[in-house]
Amino acid sequence: MHISQLSNLPSKPVLGVESSCDETGVAILRWVPEAPGSGLLAHALYSQVKLHADYGGVVPELASRDHVRKLLPLVREALAQAGMTPADLGGVAYTAGPGLVGALLVGAAAARAMAWALDVPAIGVHHMEGHLLAPLLEADPPKPPFVALLVSGGHSMLVEVAAIGRYRILGDTLDDAAGEAFDKTAKLMGLPYPGGPALAKLAEQGRAGAFRFSRPMTDRPGLDFSFSGLKTQVLLAWQQSDQSEQTRADVARGFEEAIVDTLVIKCRRALEATGTGRLVIAGGVGANKRLRETLAAAGQQDGFRTYFPRLQFCTDNGAMIALAGAIRLAAGQGQDEAVRVAPRWDLQGLQPV
Amino acid sequence: MSYWTLPDETATTALAQRFAAVVDGGLVLYLHGDLGAGKTSFARALLTALGVGERVKSPTYSLVESYRAGELTAWHLDLYRIADAGELEWLGLDALGDAAALVLVEWPERGAGALPAPDLVLELEHAGNGRRARAEPHSDRGRAVLGRLGEG
Repeated sequence: MHISQLSNLPSKPVLGVESSCDETGVAILRWVPEAPGSGLLAHALYSQVKLHADYGGVVPELASRDHVRKLLPLVREALAQAGMTPADLGGVAYTAGPGLVGALLVGAAAARAMAWALDVPAIGVHHMEGHLLAPLLEADPPKPPFVALLVSGGHSMLVEVAAIGRYRILGDTLDDAAGEAFDKTAKLMGLPYPGGPALAKLAEQGRAGAFRFSRPMTDRPGLDFSFSGLKTQVLLAWQQSDQSEQTRADVARGFEEAIVDTLVIKCRRALEATGTGRLVIAGGVGANKRLRETLAAAGQQDGFRTYFPRLQFCTDNGAMIALAGAIRLAAGQGQDEAVRVAPRWDLQGLQPV
Repeated sequence: MSYWTLPDETATTALAQRFAAVVDGGLVLYLHGDLGAGKTSFARALLTALGVGERVKSPTYSLVESYRAGELTAWHLDLYRIADAGELEWLGLDALGDAAALVLVEWPERGAGALPAPDLVLELEHAGNGRRARAEPHSDRGRAVLGRLGEG
């Protein structure tokens, strides 16, 4: 990249495009190093969750087709929100992976083509880096080093963020992700899709202690998770119960407490192991109220600080991609004209900033 | 047709390990069973016993994962979230047609017509606190695997 371009970049806003799964997200962000959130000029989102509800899950073909229909109108909406024209953009960032290949290709092709047409640099962003950096969009953003708990439908990991771009996976799931455990358990108990949030809502009416499920893998050292076995425990408890509405809520409560306690125990261990006093919570399960409250309380007790992105930036969104992309573009990174996606992509192999 | 009673997950793992000992090349194995019946646990134990050195996570969200198990290429699919077999085109599954590959498919009924025909079909079901398993061969390769399993 030209030096003249590089010096120009921080002041020109970056368009961010997210299309790795359910959500089509577009945002415009001007890179302001000391207060990244203040540079967020627009963000627009279209969720396909309702569309998929009829099918009981994320349907890859429908997802791809819907990204095609929604992406450009969302770009126009974001530009209008920011009061800008395409010519005002200084770069384009898009989610290059990991994710569903068809869905990724829609965002990548559109974003790369826009950058080419506007003659501005483009950058492919790692979806999970977007989630890791989303808390930087809030006031009083955390400074690395910190530990991040990434919990969503497809992931459950603890990541050490030594610096932006330098990530080490401390723990990962051996089987089901936390969000997957929520969704599948909900389905086992007859709740509609998307089951996770519905199960959490039901748990609010449940009585503490009515059902107790195990906290998987907390009785031994290590930071890995295993949530698959909880399905069987919950199913047996549910089948052997009177199956009343109160019991359903009680089982949901017991299940949610098991997941939340497990996550909290592992977060405490990760903070202790790294000697870090800052914990970032990201991903869709980060929207879970009980998880937020329990972690905040643990932080007060242990003396660590918790950082949560606002709820709309916990789930997939374009703002986190615009942010991660803007940081990398400002550091002089970028890519050639090829449209590349990586359905599987190791977070630990990213280029440092 | 072969039947097994599996009182706990350790028994499911042990059965998968017995299968691994008699799989000597390409095989298409369909795994039927309700949510939580142990399909992924069986697939994980089978792949691990065959020499896959990395984690075998649930493929429910990623839909398809590929592995190397020694000389064997292995595919692990979960079509739970697929509504129509036509959607499989997006996953680029041409490689599944390779007769030398091990192909494990959970919820294969959701990909009917777009998947290679099974050599073996394994049904897992809840039975009290444990599980029951039933294997049915659908080809000579499948019969050979079950035959060796019976001798072992």
